[in-house]
This record gives sequence, structure tokens and C-alpha cells, in this order.
Amino acid sequence: MATITAIRDETPRVRSYALGLPSWTPHRPGQHYDLRLTAADGYSVQRSYSIASGPEKEGEIEVTVERVMDGEVSPFLHDVAVVGDRIEVRGPIGGYFVWEPTLGGPLLLIAGGSGIVPLMAMIRHRAATASRIPTRLLYSSRAPDDIIYANELRDLAARADGLEVVHTLTRSQPAGWTGYARRIDDAMLAEVRRPLGDAPLVYICGPTPLVEGAANGLVRIGVPAQRIRTERFGPSGK
Amino acid sequence: MPDRFVTRGFEGRPRATGLAANRVPPGQYLTNDFPVLSAGPTPTTNLRLWSFAIEGLVREKVTWSWAEFQKLPAEDFTVDISCVTKWTKLDMHWRGVSVDTLLEAVELEPRAGFATAYSDGGYTTNVRLPDLVNGQAFVAYQYDGAPLDPEHGGPARLVVPHLYFWKSAKWVRGLHITEKETPGFWESLGYHIRGDPWKEERYSGD
Repeated sequence: MATITAIRDETPRVRSYALGLPSWTPHRPGQHYDLRLTAADGYSVQRSYSIASGPEKEGEIEVTVERVMDGEVSPFLHDVAVVGDRIEVRGPIGGYFVWEPTLGGPLLLIAGGSGIVPLMAMIRHRAATASRIPTRLLYSSRAPDDIIYANELRDLAARADGLEVVHTLTRSQPAGWTGYARRIDDAMLAEVRRPLGDAPLVYICGPTPLVEGAANGLVRIGVPAQRIRTERFGPSGK
Repeated sequence: MPDRFVTRGFEGRPRATGLAANRVPPGQYLTNDFPVLSAGPTPTTNLRLWSFAIEGLVREKVTWSWAEFQKLPAEDFTVDISCVTKWTKLDMHWRGVSVDTLLEAVELEPRAGFATAYSDGGYTTNVRLPDLVNGQAFVAYQYDGAPLDPEHGGPARLVVPHLYFWKSAKWVRGLHITEKETPGFWESLGYHIRGDPWKEERYSGD
């Protein structure tokens, strides 16, 4: 049983929830928790949410939740839940889409929208352990206001400890923007991964079409398939 | 499980009624979409090099080429599918070859008890033989009247509708028959060895 200890707005549609856990155990970055909501008549729903925080925060985890329009759990979390509420949780869960420094690098992280969440746990853990493994994050968002953790990513990249953050903004860009302004494609992947060498360890997370395109694109430009791990959110779009 | 805890302020969607409600396993939600979840990139397979094999504890290994596989008696299957990530999709239309038909081509040794399905890209999953026979499993190469998309496991995938969908190995290339149960890819990463959605056997220890 978790207790919501803090709620923070990240973007107009995205909020982060700090969950205090009496029976907390350290998780591996990339893992998730299952949240369960139960109505008075016993009707219950469960959803999985990636842990956004690193295992350094004892006793609590943070999850970051995008409000899905016709969702069942995210609208409840955004519109009803308040600090102090208790939520049934289960975890940490997941054994494949995980990264810690012992797995090495170089590291290529590719995120679309709220797919940034599990990758942020990896980035935060990397920073907390003072790892200098060369890491590049390619983060696709629709518009500047949609970039989750924008300030924190900028600050972490400014440490110049081997982490670089590359944004692509697919629908609208700020005035004077000189960065990528299109969906991820093979040319972008080739440019972004070049400094990382032939066989980086790759984690891709986001909507299925983005993940499918990026994974297949990386294989096309020669990254070994077994170095690529994927986690897909949401509908296939087909 | 303690007495049901009620989440303050949660009402949820209008409840599913009628037949649909009874067909959705516990903890699942209905989807009209067809989500794709894989651990890595989608493999590509050249049909001229494709084969499906049954090997291991059989008197003689048998292999079919794609052309030979297409000539096997095929059936249409309409089944409900539940994925461990909580989505359930009703009345999915597949076409393929029943595992019963495939097993008619081999003679299982008496010690045979389990199968490991193996796939292009290295995926494996374990299924008990009693879960594969008597019309409970098939190798599908068409979905909704069209060739199975690689994203969804094409050219062919195993489908075992009464277990969580991770048991329905995409890009399947064969069944390795064994005496002991060998945990496959997800089973070795914390997922349940059997995966019955009606018992919510999601993770090991459930």
C-alpha cells in the first residue's frame, strides 16, 4: 500500500507522483510498479507505470503519468487523487528493460513522449552513481511544452559528464530552433549514434510506431539487434 | 489477499455487462486495438528460408518448408486473447494449422511432457503439452483475413489463447519437445511459468 506524498506538474498533461512505500525495496532503473484502483462495488483496474526515480531514494518511488483522454486510471490520478491518498501497488516488476552501470555502454536512449519515464530512471541513477558511461538521449516530443523533465535534463547535460541530450520537436519549435524538427528517421539515428560507436546498448521506449521505426532503423544502419531493448506504450495504431 | 481496499474517489468506467463481462479475465481491460509489445526489434524472415520443425523427444524430427506448411490442413480460429500487460481482445480471427495437426506428423516419446517454442530473434517460451493439444493451440499465419504482419509475429506465430499472450510466440520456427519444463525468455525474467489469465498467473510466485 503506497501513500501519495507529493504531486508535481511536469507538463500540461503530465504529472509526477511521489509514492511512499512502507515495504520499499530498491528497484532496477527501467522497472515498473502495477497500480490497482478498486471501486466500492469491488470493480478494480490495474495499470503498469514505469518508475521515474532512481533506487537512491529510500522508502519512496516516483511515477510520472500522462493523462490519457479516455483512460481509466490516469484521469483518476490527475483529477481526483490528492496527497495523502493511499493506492494499492505491486512491484518492482520487470527483468529485461533495465539498465544499471554494470551493464556498461555506451548507452543510446530513445524516447517518445511519456516513454521518457523509464529512461529517466536510468539517467537519474547514472547521475547518482557518478557514472561517466557515454550516454546520448534522443527525445521526441510534439512541442517544447510537452518535454517532460526539460529543466532537469538540461541541468544534467550541463554537467558534461558524458551525458548528451538531443531533442526532436515534431509539431512546433521555439523561435530560433536549430535542432531536429521531424519524426525520428534513419538519417537522424545515424547522426545521433555516431559518437557512440558500432554497438551501443540501446533502450527505446514510447508509442509503438516510434519504437518500431527506431528499432528497425537502428538494425538497418547496422546496430546489432540483440543490443536493442524496447518497451512500447499504448495502441499499435493499426 | 486482505479484504478489498477501496480507493477513495474511484468509480471507474461503466461496468461491462452481458457476455463481454464474463469473457474478461481478472485485472484485464477490453481493447479494440491490437497492441504490439516486444522486447526488441522485429525480426525479418525470408520465406524461402523459413521452416517449422518439431524436434527433441520425438522418434524422428519433422520439418516443413513454407510451401509445405501452406499445404497442411488449415482452420479458422476465433478466440479471445489476454496479454499480461492487462489488455484483452475478444473475437480475434486467425487462420493457421492446429498444433494437433502438426503433432500427428511425429511420434512423441513416452517421456515427453513439455515444449519450448522457439523463434527468430531468439525468443523462447515454454508450454506444457496438455496445454498445446486438443484444439487449444495453433500456428497462425493469417490475422483478420490477411497475412500476419511481422509486427504481430508474421510470417507465423504460435497462438495459445487460454494462456497469457507471451506464450503465443511470435516469429515461431519450431517446438522443442522435452521431458522437463524449461523456463523461456519471460519466464526466466520473473514471469509465471504457466500464465493462466483466469488465475492471474502473471509473475512467478503468483
